[in-house]
Amino acid sequence: MAKRVDASNVTAYYGAFKAIENINLTVEPKTVTALIGPSGCGKSTFLRSINRMHEVLPGARVEGDLTIDGQNIYDRDVDVTAVRRMIGMVFQRPNPFPTMSIYENVVAGLRLNGVRKKSILDEAAENSLRSANLWDEVKGRLGKPGAGLSGGQQQRLCIARTIAVEPQVVLMDEPCSALDPISTLAIEDLMFQLKDKFTIIIVTHNMQQAARVSDRTAFFSIEKTGDPGRLIEYDNTQKIFSNPSHKKTEDYITGRFG
Amino acid sequence: MGETPPRSANAGTGGIRVAPGHGQPAGASARVAEAPVSTRTPGGGDLGGGGGLPRARAFGAERAFRGLTLAAGTAVLVIIAAIAVFLIAKAVPALRANTANFWTYEGWSPNDTAPEFGIGTLAFGTVLSSALALLIAVPVALGIALYLSHYAPRRLGTALGFLIDLLAAVPSVVFGLWGRDIFVNPVRDFSVWLNTYFGWIPIFGGDGPFGKSIMLGSLVLAIMVLPIITSLSREVFLQTPTANEEAALALGATRWEMIRTAVLPYGRPGIIAAVMLGLGRALGETIALAMTLGITFGISFNLIENGGNTIAANIANAFGEANDTGRGALIASGLVLFTITLIVNITARAIIYRRREFTESAA
Repeated sequence: MAKRVDASNVTAYYGAFKAIENINLTVEPKTVTALIGPSGCGKSTFLRSINRMHEVLPGARVEGDLTIDGQNIYDRDVDVTAVRRMIGMVFQRPNPFPTMSIYENVVAGLRLNGVRKKSILDEAAENSLRSANLWDEVKGRLGKPGAGLSGGQQQRLCIARTIAVEPQVVLMDEPCSALDPISTLAIEDLMFQLKDKFTIIIVTHNMQQAARVSDRTAFFSIEKTGDPGRLIEYDNTQKIFSNPSHKKTEDYITGRFG
Repeated sequence: MGETPPRSANAGTGGIRVAPGHGQPAGASARVAEAPVSTRTPGGGDLGGGGGLPRARAFGAERAFRGLTLAAGTAVLVIIAAIAVFLIAKAVPALRANTANFWTYEGWSPNDTAPEFGIGTLAFGTVLSSALALLIAVPVALGIALYLSHYAPRRLGTALGFLIDLLAAVPSVVFGLWGRDIFVNPVRDFSVWLNTYFGWIPIFGGDGPFGKSIMLGSLVLAIMVLPIITSLSREVFLQTPTANEEAALALGATRWEMIRTAVLPYGRPGIIAAVMLGLGRALGETIALAMTLGITFGISFNLIENGGNTIAANIANAFGEANDTGRGALIASGLVLFTITLIVNITARAIIYRRREFTESAA
């Protein structure tokens, strides 16, 4: 269920602006990898290029190779929708479909895949909600609107929606930045459980969070505004936070910069 | 979450309470300087001098504005009531004089010495032509709106949107003339073709003549309501939150699937409102239909034979030579049209209201 992600020389543009340059990085299956760095350093851009969501924006494009277990997702004959089904994404702000019930939200991805059978959908909905630690809170009101839940619950609903289609890799773009500390904790616990099944890559501005949840950490940075973001250091989380080999990383994690 | 409404309500009242305090000092001193005859107490002038707070003004812009808005609101009700009374007062004598059944009689001769007129055929024609027009216009309008909002390059979308809006500015009499003199020819040819090959279907049956038919009227109507529905639904589609569109795409949706999952459900109340506005225009459309329909009295589902009539078109056609009873009869038909429109609007509201739980949380 979990796959290795390999990026080599990934460069991404917004129109003429080069947002990230020559990112090389390998993410092992069933690990949590944190992407940290100052604002505008291209962490989110890199994350969005892993499931080809970057190119959704007008004028945005990606160069380089990104392989999932050896298959380049930027090959010409690759179906974009298949890539996105394989690599799920959780966004910064909880974004459940406002017109759908909790249940409909969870099974939305399955319905897109053409699953019609009620029994399969029911089972998937329950399993995903259980995996997202949300089942006990919502099992009595699956028909209610998903947007009626609290922010933390909505975000777990979005996670349930993402894992319902059984992706190989789950990308999380600052999933806790709009949440209170208790909901944040709930999501962090969830990540621990999910890494048994999925490869998780998370962008976060919260360094304690990176230190708590991730196995490996990648530090991105830019020289100055307008320059493309680069990968400065990528190592075991423990090493990055205790004994980084790069001066810039040390400055950033000790709060002297960014 | 539940605490938010009361809190914002407090903030609202706080704002109102604070506002006069803010407004007073500057305005007060200016007024005192230029006009010694002031309604306020002399102590009110000592602002900032440690004196008491100025008294509330007995009459100010605040109060005047409130009275003005109240008057405007009341005027609407008064006008509506006056119109209703006038219409009913004019309609009732004509209805009394009617020697035929107003609901079922197929014909309209209220000017005879023994007036006979019935609304059934007109109401039928009104509903049929409007429904047909919507049936044609809605899919096309939604298609155009989706193309403009989600497929076309931004610049092209804006330009095309502007053109569509221009279509709404064409006067209906122009549409009527165009329909009667030009558009009728292709429609007639098409009707003959339909009659030849699909004549076994009753709606395409008959032996002619073809042309100035319900189909022509409905097609012209469809073109007329198209811009309203298009530009309103385009606005609604453009408002779909990007977050929801991205959520659908990230689940592996194609663009059409994304539209079905995120855009259309989100825009549903807006689409209904747009369609209802279009229907309102179609039901009330007068001159274009008076010019394009065959003007006959009879209930028939045949779409291609000359014929058809609507309440509004009949009023336009018959008002000129109507006597007192005739005018009363037309006014009665107007009341029926009003009722039909009202029912349509209430139904639309009910549809939107039924889903409010979902649409409100969407906002």
